[in-house]
Amino acid sequence: MADQTTHAAHTAKADKGYWAANVRIILVSLVIWAVVSFGFGILLRPALSGIRVGGSDLGFWFAQQGSILVFLGLIFFYAFRMNKLDREFGVEEE
Amino acid sequence: MDQFTINLAFVGASFALYIGIAIWARAGSTSEFYAAGRGVHPVTNGMATAADWMSAASFISMAGLIAFTGYDNSTFLMGWTGGYVLLALLLAPYLRKFGKFTVSEFIGDRFYSPTARIVAVICLIVASTTYVIGQMTGVGVAFGRFLEVSNTTGLLIGACVVFAYAVFGGMKGVTYTQVAQYCVLIMAYTIPAIFISLQLTGNPIPALGLFGDHAASGEPLLAKLDAIVRELGFNEYTAHHSDTFNMVLFTLSLMIGTAGLPHVIMRFFTVPRVADARWSAGWALVFIALLYLTAPAVGAMARLNITEMMWPNGGIDGGAVTVQQIENDPQYDWMATWQKTGLLAWEDKNGDGAIQYYNDKNADLQAVAEANGWVGNELTKFNRDILVLANPEIANLPGWVIGLVAAGGLAAALSTAAGLLLAISSAVSHDLIKGSINPQISEKGELLSARIAMAVAIAVATYLGLNPPGFAAQTVALAFGLAAASIFPALMMGIFTKVNNKGAVAGMLAGLIVTLVYIFLHKGWLFIPGTNSFTDADPLLGTVKSTSFGAIGAIVNFAVAFIVSKSSEAIPAEIEELVESVRIPRGAGAAQDH
Repeated sequence: MADQTTHAAHTAKADKGYWAANVRIILVSLVIWAVVSFGFGILLRPALSGIRVGGSDLGFWFAQQGSILVFLGLIFFYAFRMNKLDREFGVEEE
Repeated sequence: MDQFTINLAFVGASFALYIGIAIWARAGSTSEFYAAGRGVHPVTNGMATAADWMSAASFISMAGLIAFTGYDNSTFLMGWTGGYVLLALLLAPYLRKFGKFTVSEFIGDRFYSPTARIVAVICLIVASTTYVIGQMTGVGVAFGRFLEVSNTTGLLIGACVVFAYAVFGGMKGVTYTQVAQYCVLIMAYTIPAIFISLQLTGNPIPALGLFGDHAASGEPLLAKLDAIVRELGFNEYTAHHSDTFNMVLFTLSLMIGTAGLPHVIMRFFTVPRVADARWSAGWALVFIALLYLTAPAVGAMARLNITEMMWPNGGIDGGAVTVQQIENDPQYDWMATWQKTGLLAWEDKNGDGAIQYYNDKNADLQAVAEANGWVGNELTKFNRDILVLANPEIANLPGWVIGLVAAGGLAAALSTAAGLLLAISSAVSHDLIKGSINPQISEKGELLSARIAMAVAIAVATYLGLNPPGFAAQTVALAFGLAAASIFPALMMGIFTKVNNKGAVAGMLAGLIVTLVYIFLHKGWLFIPGTNSFTDADPLLGTVKSTSFGAIGAIVNFAVAFIVSKSSEAIPAEIEELVESVRIPRGAGAAQDH
């Protein structure tokens, strides 16, 4: 009985750690998400205009193609990282 | 064989394929009708999601909007892909873990309130119906063109086809049909783009050709395009002209809206495990990116082709295309065909036997016009929504490519319309009728009410589609604004915070109402033309257009929900447990019905 209680408390603590780690990964990913689209694609475009890409500049490329490629990378990174995190904390599905 | 017969053959063959698959995988039970028995592989699911997602707005409309505006409309590209990051990180795995069939079921359970569920249903119906209006606009353009009838007739025929099609099967039929539709639409989009990219740049990959060199002049393609449109008084293609704040808000609205649309979110209920829900979002974006990386190339190259056709002898000095040339040269046949739909028009205003296409609002060009005896732009109408469908004809591609594009455009519009109608019908029959009004309803009664809801939704959308509030992609953008302001914040707060029932209901209502009112003030009440008090050219709040307001609506939703929640009681212990369990993948069983 006492054993079960400690076990439950242990699980609850691990679950909290898992959630905190997940939220950290999400925050870092969302910062990158915002920087490539709203940043490079729109607001920072004037600052990047010196870097030429095929008849236009880097900001134009990020707005039309670059951000999409980064989004793809982010989602696959997150899926890979989280599936690993699930196993580290032992919370994966059976 | 003439072009009309070829188009008919392509469209007919693709339809036979979809209907065949729908019959083969016909839905038997309610659970199959909504969620295909959860046996769908992440890659298959990703492909079906992509077909569901890429609608008339992406396929028919978006490249045209980019072509005639350039850089400023990159917002569509970033907005409609960036939302998948939000979906994958913030919603999909947790909603799959929760394991119910519909979005409003989650909201109803998490906020332990039938009122929250009904409010969510209303938000879903409003956003989805607006979305279907945009689809009907696209369907009208596509059917009008390939049956060679007016836009209105095309729309009415299209509505009947969409209805017959959506009633046929549920999600199971739809999932496999949508895989077929994805294949048709992606081929239809990329094949002409590859041809055109080869013609113009020698590069077989359109996305690379866009940043490559224009073969005929040796200059970079984008620099060439900038120069050509500048000469005619239009904004430079790659330059930034529109208001930066509005661009950011618009992109954000599209992103948040993507993660708040029921027919996309529902897709993530159909994968077997939480881990698969994460991968599924990635696969969906892979298949979407194939089109979205091609679209900006389609836009830029079409703009270059059209402009050069209007000025076939190397710019203004060489003289404009003559009326005789348009009527007799087979290269210009597309203009006559599209004229029949009423979406393309030209007029020799100064009677000089040539059609001058230029920006008559530009002061420099007004001087040029005066010197040359022009009295205004003579390409008087070029509906943005026809560009993609007309593109292969403009580039003089073989007849089968034109037929393929007609089939692809219809696949895009139909697959999304069907997915949305399914979401609307399940919201009405499953959430509203079975969930609140009459829980004792039989399975048969539930399916019947689902189909009646579909019929009503399509009738409303067709009626409003006759006088749409904008081009297909713009109408669809309004739907995203509504979803962004109402559904996404409620879902996110349900998972990441401990906001209570009162907060969620107040937040959803506040977000939906302010956004809807802002849209109606600019687009007319219930989209009825002439009842608007403001226009997007001169909006109520600073530079914020009605299409961009969704992001502000979402912020209002979050703020109201937090304030109301803080000033009322905390959530009960069992709901606290529910939130904790949704956050952890362990123990996600098969989904439960009520």
